[in-house]
Amino acid sequence: MRRLAQSFLAVAFGLALGLSATWIAGENPWEVLKILARGAFGSRENIGMTLFYTTPLIFTGLSVAVAFQAGLFNVGAEGQLNLGALAAAAIGALLPGLGWPMAPLLASLAALAAGTVWGAIPGWLRARRGSHEVIVTIMLNFVAVGLSTYVALYVLKNPESQNPETRPIGLAYMIPRLGVFGDAPVSAALPLALLVAAIVWVFLRRTALGYELRAVGQSEPAARAAGIDATKMRILAMAIAGGLAGLVGVAEVLGNAGKFKVEFSPQYGFIGIAVALLGRNEPIGIVAAALLFGALHQGTRELDFSTEHITSEVSLVFQGLIILAVSAEPVTNWFRSKPRINTDEL
Amino acid sequence: MISSGSEVAVELRGITKQFGSVLANAGVDLRVEPGTIQGLIGENGAGKSTAMKILYGLYRPDSGHILIRGQPQVWSSPRDAIAQGIGMVHQHFMLAGPYSALDNIILGAEGEGRGGRERRGSRVEGRGQPSGAMRREGAPDPRPPTLVRAWGILGRKHARERLEALAAQYRLSVDWEAPIEQLPVGIQQRVEILKLLYHRADVLILDEPTAVLTPQETNDLFANLKKLRDEGKTIIFVTHKLKEVMAFTDRVTVFRGGSVVGEALTSQTSPQELADLMVGRKVVLNVQAPPTQATGKAALEVEALVVSGTRGATHRVSNVTFSVRSGEIVGIAGVEGNGQSELLQALLHPREPQCRKAGRISITGMDVTQMTAREIRNLGVSLIPEDRLHEGLLPEWPLRDNFLLGLQHSAAFNRAGFICSSNLQAAAAKAVNEYDVRPANLALSAGNLSGGNQQKLIVAREFERRPKLLIAAQPTRGVDVGATEFIHRRIIKARDEGAGVLLVSSELEEIMALSDRILVMYEGRIAGEFAKGNFSESLLGLRMGGG
Amino acid sequence: MRVSRKLFALLVLFAACLSPSTAADFKVGLVLDRGGKDDKSFNSSAYEGANLAKSKLGIYLKYVEAADDNAFEPSLRAFAQRDFDLIIGIGFAQKEAVKKVASQFPQKHFAIVDSEVNVPNVRSLMFQEHEGAFLVGAIAAMTSKTGKVGFVGGMDIPLIRRFEMGYTAGAKRINPQVEVLANFVGVTSEAWNNPPKGKELALSQYDRGADVIFAAAGASGLGVFDAAEQKQKFAIGVDANQDWTKPGLILTSMLKRVDEAVFSTIEEAKAGKFSGGVKRFGLANNGVGYSFDQYNAKILSETVRQRADELKAEIMNGKIEVPDYYKLNR
Repeated sequence: MRRLAQSFLAVAFGLALGLSATWIAGENPWEVLKILARGAFGSRENIGMTLFYTTPLIFTGLSVAVAFQAGLFNVGAEGQLNLGALAAAAIGALLPGLGWPMAPLLASLAALAAGTVWGAIPGWLRARRGSHEVIVTIMLNFVAVGLSTYVALYVLKNPESQNPETRPIGLAYMIPRLGVFGDAPVSAALPLALLVAAIVWVFLRRTALGYELRAVGQSEPAARAAGIDATKMRILAMAIAGGLAGLVGVAEVLGNAGKFKVEFSPQYGFIGIAVALLGRNEPIGIVAAALLFGALHQGTRELDFSTEHITSEVSLVFQGLIILAVSAEPVTNWFRSKPRINTDEL
Repeated sequence: MISSGSEVAVELRGITKQFGSVLANAGVDLRVEPGTIQGLIGENGAGKSTAMKILYGLYRPDSGHILIRGQPQVWSSPRDAIAQGIGMVHQHFMLAGPYSALDNIILGAEGEGRGGRERRGSRVEGRGQPSGAMRREGAPDPRPPTLVRAWGILGRKHARERLEALAAQYRLSVDWEAPIEQLPVGIQQRVEILKLLYHRADVLILDEPTAVLTPQETNDLFANLKKLRDEGKTIIFVTHKLKEVMAFTDRVTVFRGGSVVGEALTSQTSPQELADLMVGRKVVLNVQAPPTQATGKAALEVEALVVSGTRGATHRVSNVTFSVRSGEIVGIAGVEGNGQSELLQALLHPREPQCRKAGRISITGMDVTQMTAREIRNLGVSLIPEDRLHEGLLPEWPLRDNFLLGLQHSAAFNRAGFICSSNLQAAAAKAVNEYDVRPANLALSAGNLSGGNQQKLIVAREFERRPKLLIAAQPTRGVDVGATEFIHRRIIKARDEGAGVLLVSSELEEIMALSDRILVMYEGRIAGEFAKGNFSESLLGLRMGGG
Repeated sequence: MRVSRKLFALLVLFAACLSPSTAADFKVGLVLDRGGKDDKSFNSSAYEGANLAKSKLGIYLKYVEAADDNAFEPSLRAFAQRDFDLIIGIGFAQKEAVKKVASQFPQKHFAIVDSEVNVPNVRSLMFQEHEGAFLVGAIAAMTSKTGKVGFVGGMDIPLIRRFEMGYTAGAKRINPQVEVLANFVGVTSEAWNNPPKGKELALSQYDRGADVIFAAAGASGLGVFDAAEQKQKFAIGVDANQDWTKPGLILTSMLKRVDEAVFSTIEEAKAGKFSGGVKRFGLANNGVGYSFDQYNAKILSETVRQRADELKAEIMNGKIEVPDYYKLNR
């Protein structure tokens, strides 16, 4: 509860800072806030676009969080989601004859599997070889982007377009859109993301395996002494993290574009780190944080339309300030009246 | 430098301090005479550290007065206390690792508020852990170099001269230029003490100073403190160890439940009297285990075990063979670092080459050398680890989840892979109650418990398995008197219920009181074996020293 | 109460400040590509054209920069839903978005640069890049002393291949033995904005003997110009007139008048003469060409220019057919 309040304070603090920045830029902060809110939630389509951006952020936020619960820092969600999306698009391009519902099911599993494999590699290297997962995942991001670009350009190229992208997948592959949001490409991937968040919560909090994974993250020596195989848990955590990031492919390819577009992701993987941080690595917090960042991303587009001095890059400023406020816990601690004590030090 | 003109160097009158719902100090009265060593003793959480932090200006009392040499004082920060000649060495040193001893003292002098203040609500750290790890928290920031240098050219030379004079006066030699993190813990502590002297402290408060020291370093510290007293300094020494208080204090004050419950000249009291005062009831200081009634089959057999050293030069454990039968307690005595830790690791992780190079281990008759830690634990092996905060607990997690650690696959708490919360809650509540873990709040983080209660929680959890083999390593290290008695009784009970117990301890008294047989480890070998009633402290001590 | 009244007054004032544009009766919305209006090449050129229309024709102009590919469609739609009369999408990446939104708003006018969209209310602004590239290829071959000329492309896509093919054909026209060294910065849109890589490629080409390099690489071209300065050899700019960036070293620039295309589209639409369909900009209507100004007057000789102009005339009257990568790879 206290941590929740802290996150809330951090968001408020970051927003306040960001709004003061817009004031310096010559805008009325209150107006800016209203435009932001309108841009994110002002119409069905705007809500839809907010939710559209929220969906991949739920997946990447969960990805970072699961790794973090095992004491690992997954900076590789960006690479994992690229390969997940590529795998989904590749199934669609290579097996055009498949019908519904086998087609989207198979493509989704491919996205999941590709991400899982890509996440398991750094997990394995960390657990068996001691290579630091941060370095490895960063490197694998480059490899993943290179690999997926190569496939998109030379193997499955879309001959109809100058864009670096794969051939479109068949209609049978597309998952249903949620019609209430007008033209916004909100698909069944959103309920899927919420379901996955719930599953992750149950896994982490209610299963023995999830308990062991978290125990390794808390204290490896203690987990080992209790008979938990830390090596296995690390690999498992990274594999799950990769799979979760790979599911972004379902939202992007099967729910939106119908193909893999090189550089489709506006850094979902990295924003996911902020989402996990703000959401305190808990699935419920992550859904809320993803919604916030999705709303910021979408809302700032409206700012671009409705103000003279603000462009969409201000979204990054807001995100940065909120992250700063979250990581600068002393600032929020300052608001706490009761000091924390422990009986040992009295 | 004797503060003349008054009999009392420091006096606290009716100090009361409340943290949330916890009354840490309830009307503490304390008088310390100049030129004496005053011991403050009490169980963890008795309020002695709080009283000292109030005296040092870290906390403000809710009510009550501080008097220095008879003059009432109001501190707003440690700066004020330091100005009045009060100095404090904290449990966790306030030194900046990469800087030299000299720089640490000078930088500290520049802004005591920066270097010397402990953060309020600072994290729980391992108590009684001989880790010696540097704490970077509260370390002075590197200042803009130009300023420091410009000031330093003159200041450094002066400071060094003064410090060398001080060091000579009190015979506290230190390598001034070596990075502080490379110095042994005992020397780091010496630097902290010199820092206080440099600040012209007359009253030195030391909060649990021996927790991080080896026995030899402890002896050096005591000798140095006596020298300081003889030079006229007043020393307040906070501890929960009876032996230390008896060894070298002049007077002793006993704390319990936030109040002072007794005061005496050390020469006129006894450990038993102090222990009873601390706990508030009659305690048995050394629970003597009656001889075992019946021993059964071997619970643990170790044959020709070898654990290789880091560079393969000398073996950490070489060719060790012994067995523990069910229904007996086998004690492994020895000075720490003679292969005990490596032996324990080998018992739990025999598959890993760095934990076992050669040799056979069987538990309850099963060869376990190719088993995983989980499989071994499932044979009915319970473990009270050496380093409870590191290996025994998940300090940030609630008691309930700590109780589950290692039991997450047991049939009682696991239904097809899912944790059965209601069973867990009930069992944990029952255990916490039975083992008297206080506070009995299952949602509280384990790190917030005192050392003794943490250990009781571990014992409760490990006994939940109904062990066939109990491995207890340093089971009462850093644990207060009351909890020690409790844990000893439990270990004996486990034996009487048929468990084989392997007890590893560096406390000779503990080994002698509990063991049916004693093995002495020296440089990775078994240097002697003694049956109950067949050993004396001096003989054991001789074997522990390699004789 | 007083406070809220003050606030209201403030808001009214604010709203008033925001809408000086309501005076302008013709509204143009510009959706820029990811590079943004300050990329100093393609997007900048489009923005300048629109800005010129704003000052000359008194239109109201609003532009947005897309944060990601999925933002094109809602941005275009947001313009359409408001009372914008003409909405222009810059760059082929917006093809599908323009197609979809234009179909949804048949009464609005749309335009797109560099891509063909076959919807009646969309004007596709297409450039004959190969023709312009042919001319600068010829200029390069005429200037080269080593018989080797270079080409540094940005992203390896058909559009840039079209530049390359035209450039090579122009050079061969002058000197059939000429050797054309061609490299591409990359395969993703990052290739438009990687000057170090551009410089590296150019240095390598100079070292292999090229003494003129054509940079068709967006901002990465700036790296090519740095290499030219380092080696004191010639480079050729692209899209906008870049002669001024390194006077005396930029032999010429192959102009691609996106600004002209945007301006003329706005002008016609404002005058009520908007028409859909493909509008091609080539040598004939000065949509492409090469630059000549005070910055390259000393290095681009009269004879070279005369020959280039002859070639231009021959292309326009059909005597020369410049190979078109688009047609050859259909």
